[in-house]
Amino acid sequence: MTFTPVGRPVHRYLRPPAPKRRLLPLVWLAFSGGGVMAAIFLPVLVFLFAFAFPLGWISAPDHDHLSAVVGHPLTFLFLLGMFVVLLVHSAHRFRYTLYDGLQIKHKQITAVLCYGVAAIGAISALVVLLTAS
Amino acid sequence: MSSPSTPEVRVHRPQMSTWWWTRKRSYFLFVMRELSSFFVAWFVAFLLVLIAAVGRSEAAYQDFLDWAAAPWVVAINLVATAFLALHVVTWFSLTPQAMDVRVRGRKVPAVLIIASQYVGLALVSAFVIWLVTR
Repeated sequence: MTFTPVGRPVHRYLRPPAPKRRLLPLVWLAFSGGGVMAAIFLPVLVFLFAFAFPLGWISAPDHDHLSAVVGHPLTFLFLLGMFVVLLVHSAHRFRYTLYDGLQIKHKQITAVLCYGVAAIGAISALVVLLTAS
Repeated sequence: MSSPSTPEVRVHRPQMSTWWWTRKRSYFLFVMRELSSFFVAWFVAFLLVLIAAVGRSEAAYQDFLDWAAAPWVVAINLVATAFLALHVVTWFSLTPQAMDVRVRGRKVPAVLIIASQYVGLALVSAFVIWLVTR
C-alpha cells in the first residue's frame, strides 16, 4: 500500500465517491429551481388567490374557467413540477435554518423530518392535481 | 500533569446561543431569509387546498374563497407574504454571485442580471393574471 506524506493510504483519495453523495447535487439543483419558482411564480399566485380574489379586489374567476385551467395537461405538469421543487427548496432550506439558526444539531432527525414532510407534500400534490384534472 | 503514554485529549466545543442571530441586523436578516422557506411551504399547502377545492365542486371553491377571507387566514398570509418578499429580493440579488453570465466574453454587470429578473417576474405575473382572469 502506498502512503501519502501525511500518512494516509493513497486509495482513500482514489476511491470513487459513495453513491449516496451523488444525491446532494440534485437536491441543491432542485433547491435552486425551487428558489427561482418561489421568486418568479409564487408572488402573483399569492397576490391573486390569497388576497385579490378572497378579499374582492378583483372579481374571482368562475369555477368552470379555473377548473379548465387546472385540468389542462400543461398546467398539470407545470404545477406538479413547481410544487415538487418548491417543497424540496423549502425542506432543504428549513433544514439549514434549524441547524444554523436555532442550533439544532440533530442532523439526521431534522433531515428525515424535513425531506419526509416534503415527500408527503409531493405525493399530496400529485393526488390533488390528479383528482382536479 | 498527565503521563506521556496517556495523552490528555481536550475537545473544544464552541458554545453558540440559540439566539445568536438576534445580536446583529445582518445575522437577523440571514435567519429571516432562511426562515422564508417555512412560508414557501405554507403557500404550497394553501394552493393545494385551493386546487383540491376547485377539483371538488363550485361550492367547495366558494367555501375556499370565504375561508381565505377570514381575518386569521389573511393575517397568516400577510406575514407569509412579508417573508416571500424577503425571499424574492434576496434571491434576485444573490443570483449574480451564483451565476457568471457572459455575453461575447464580457461579464454582464450584476445590476443587469438583477433587473432582468424583475422584468421576468413582471412578465410572468402579467401572463398568470391574464390566464386566470380572462
